Amino acid sequence: MTALLEVRDLRVGYGHVEAVRGVSFSVSAGEVVALIGPNGAGKSSTLNAIGGLVRPASGSVKLEGRELAGLPSHAVVAAGLILVPEGRAILHRMTVLENLIAGAEARPWPGGRGEARAAVETQVRRFPSLQRRLDQPAGALSGGEQQMLAIARGVLGRPRILLLDEPSMGLAPLLVRQIFEIIEEINKDGTTILLVEQNARMALQTAQNAYVLERGEIALHGPAADLAKDPRLQAAYLGGDVA
Amino acid sequence: MAQQILNGVFVGSIYALFAVGYTLVFGVLDILNLAHAAVFMLSAFAALALTEHGLSIWIAMPLGILAGGVIGIVLERLAFRPLRGRSDSNISGLISSLAVATVFEAIALQLFGPDISRFPQGTFPDRTIAIGGASASLLQLCIVGISVALMAVLTFLLARTRLGRRIRAVAESPRAARILGVDVDKVIALAFFISSALGGAAGILFGLAFNSISPDVGRSVELKGLAVIILGGMGSVPGAVIAGFALGLIEVFTVAHVGSSYRDAISFAVLFIVLIARPRGLLGRAAAREA
Repeated sequence: MTALLEVRDLRVGYGHVEAVRGVSFSVSAGEVVALIGPNGAGKSSTLNAIGGLVRPASGSVKLEGRELAGLPSHAVVAAGLILVPEGRAILHRMTVLENLIAGAEARPWPGGRGEARAAVETQVRRFPSLQRRLDQPAGALSGGEQQMLAIARGVLGRPRILLLDEPSMGLAPLLVRQIFEIIEEINKDGTTILLVEQNARMALQTAQNAYVLERGEIALHGPAADLAKDPRLQAAYLGGDVA
Repeated sequence: MAQQILNGVFVGSIYALFAVGYTLVFGVLDILNLAHAAVFMLSAFAALALTEHGLSIWIAMPLGILAGGVIGIVLERLAFRPLRGRSDSNISGLISSLAVATVFEAIALQLFGPDISRFPQGTFPDRTIAIGGASASLLQLCIVGISVALMAVLTFLLARTRLGRRIRAVAESPRAARILGVDVDKVIALAFFISSALGGAAGILFGLAFNSISPDVGRSVELKGLAVIILGGMGSVPGAVIAGFALGLIEVFTVAHVGSSYRDAISFAVLFIVLIARPRGLLGRAAAREA
């Protein structure tokens, strides 16, 4: 598989604190790659820097060979890197449908408005709980529904790569399982996914490859199935056998 | 009674048009643009200068409105963009917009002098039309019609278009807007263009209505515009429309039944009473803007 996203020696700092210290990894087209690690390891900072929300101190972020590091977020989105951030960033005052339309307007559709409208309808069918509440303010949705809306909105941006930051955060176990099923479904449809997750067990079950971040550096990496069996990882994050 | 309602709607339509632009920028940036009244004045002068050069008011008016929009973009670049991101941007933006307003007034003073300027005779056909028991000039009816049409276009733009959704996204959460691929700086500049074009339109209509334009003409509506956007709910376009017409009607009825010297006192007393009952104004919502 060819590398779609190449991150090299990425460094992100906030004042004197260096949150990400020379992180390098790659994501191939069509796969799910997980970035896991404890709180404060630099996972979200890495994702925000890739997504253009935070300007990296140094390093390179290449999407299909095109350098994106340091570009403003709207240019990063235009290139096809779509972020579903931690906290979801739903527009609470807008209706559910308006949030979906705004997602579909992030990048132009080859088939114009008609294709964009059809894509919105496809996502609405994928998430029946949203279908019932299309005309309601998005702020009235439950946490799980808001996460589904955020993912649907991200998919509507026609991502070359979808960056998911902590999609399971704050959700009940049943909803977490549902969210991961949706992530697998989206990947099967052909979308490449970079997944940042504290729920290491679920992330390693979903991803093909994974990187473990600790104190802003890559501590371990490899195929997700192998990492799930790694005794160091089991002791630190998994509390036992994944399988 | 019918005459007073008609006069109130006429005055209120100009207040509302001025205020919707004022409140639009507040809704997007959370900052009061104190140069809005100066744009109101400059657009009026621009339309006046064009009519003095022989252009019809129907060409001078759109060009004057366009000039207002362009001045708005300049204003945003000069007074607001350099300060964006600063923790004190609310108060520093207020001060810098006041500074730009002073510069705009000085430019107008230099170009047009301190005296009252008037549109050339015959700029607008002088015709009176009877409506029910009241009568209105063609100019008054056109002013109400143009104001209502511009406010309807703004409402449609905000509710139904891509740009409108982007403006609302930036108003609610610039971070969420960035995640959606919105070029936040560009959307803010466009919001300033629209806001200032509407403020400019109000200035031209005000100048035509009272046939009196001077470098300090904006001051007569500045405080009332502020009262209207507070009364309507800061950042609420429909609130500004309702409050603008309400203020126009209150003023006209006060002048007719109490006396002209009580006009502002009663208008602002109503503002106080409404704010006691509804602290966020008629259609205001709880502050929920994210960084």
